[in-house]
Amino acid sequence: MAVIGVLAFQGDFARHAEAVSRVGAEALLVRRPEELDAIDGLIIPGGESTTIGMLMDRFGLMEAVHARLAEGMALFGTCAGAILMARDIENSTQPRLGVLPMTVRRNAYGRQIESFEASIRVDGVASEPFDVTAVFIRAPLITAAAPEVTVLAAFESSPVVVQHGRLLAATFHPELTENFAIHRHFVAMAVT
Amino acid sequence: MSELLWSQRQKSTWRTKVGLAEMLKGGVIMDVVDEEQARIAADAGAQAVMALERVPADIRAAGGVARMSDPKMIESIQKAVTIPVMAKCRIGHFVEAQILQALGVDFIDESEVLTPADDRFHVDKHDFRVPFVCGCRDLGEALRRIGEGAAMIRTKGEAGTGDVVEAVRHLRTVHDAIRRLQSLPKEELMTEAKELGAPYDLVVEVAQTGKLPVPNFSAGGVATPADAALMVQLGAEAVFVGSGIFKSDDPAKRARAVVDAVAYYNDPDKLAKISYDLGAPMSGISTAAMHDQDRIAVRGW
Repeated sequence: MAVIGVLAFQGDFARHAEAVSRVGAEALLVRRPEELDAIDGLIIPGGESTTIGMLMDRFGLMEAVHARLAEGMALFGTCAGAILMARDIENSTQPRLGVLPMTVRRNAYGRQIESFEASIRVDGVASEPFDVTAVFIRAPLITAAAPEVTVLAAFESSPVVVQHGRLLAATFHPELTENFAIHRHFVAMAVT
Repeated sequence: MSELLWSQRQKSTWRTKVGLAEMLKGGVIMDVVDEEQARIAADAGAQAVMALERVPADIRAAGGVARMSDPKMIESIQKAVTIPVMAKCRIGHFVEAQILQALGVDFIDESEVLTPADDRFHVDKHDFRVPFVCGCRDLGEALRRIGEGAAMIRTKGEAGTGDVVEAVRHLRTVHDAIRRLQSLPKEELMTEAKELGAPYDLVVEVAQTGKLPVPNFSAGGVATPADAALMVQLGAEAVFVGSGIFKSDDPAKRARAVVDAVAYYNDPDKLAKISYDLGAPMSGISTAAMHDQDRIAVRGW
């Protein structure tokens, strides 16, 4: 069975762990660098990207994740996780992994009262395109992505789910709704 | 690829409100009174700040009526940090809540720390686009607030004391009541709802799921990294720290230590290192020696 780690410093890591179990993989909460050794893929959850990035930096997770990515570990980030994966973050010098060649703008849709749900179409994840209810909470916007990054879903002309090799990022929260197709896709990515 | 009109977005749904509470799990929300404190909190790794004019310890010391903060002060903190900014309104003061919503705060705390504006009723929180957090001492109070629309609950503790005993009592009381509900046969739930003073449907839901329908955080009296880890080990999903940070000797160091302690709440070796050489905590007030009229947690109906 695939083992998927969920970075459990801060954020909705419990919801991701539940989603991973629901698609038939084993979820492992990760807080220490050595815990990365046992996993096929890592999820960085939604939460505050500054807090999660700082804690990753303080406790040796930045280096350790980079090392495991070089060995072929898959990585999936949602919202804050997607921000931490982005190479460029507008107006910010915050700690990040910076592995995905794209630019993001934090809180691009506005403050919490602008948080919203919308139906979006996801293509290239399952055998057929499908619609999901996407929950955007103080969400970032992907303002630019390198040509080699594949866009799996877009909203208002901007990418909201992207993939690049073994890296997957979503600006919304598939872990908060009942359709776990994107998690299923990530588990498949992690074991191939 | 789908394209939706701006107006087809559904804003401020129950899911986006509770969703933000989910995102705040596993972290620390710190009380701050100015931009400098807000930056110290954010640099330490706070996941959100609570903007207020005085921390609870100073509200106690000052006496008088404690009200919503000046919008100018809230706005300056919103400009100073990128993390969510919360602010407090008085219990039942729905106009203060309307003003806070107009300012675009990310969460409103309808808080017992301020002087209640209504001695019978709380704000109808379903009516607002911004999510609310409310305090509770027991399960009945938690479910009444959720029934009114609170998207997050925090156990109250006794704010501004630096004494964690009330926070522990309130969290244990909520969890004991949840376990009790799970053990009851269905025909007893209506009477239980009556005795708890809680909406029946929510009582049935908690009896089935064994947890509150919204995240449950802890507040009131946390002064050390060990206190914060204690609350998380007891089942709190995140921690509010009020006076505990900025009434201590070295706020920046202590703020960071409390953040680290919540991340490693279950790791005593790490907690020992985290707690090392932090300078003096806030001196505090023992709640056992307090007069009843000085207790804040009893506010809430």
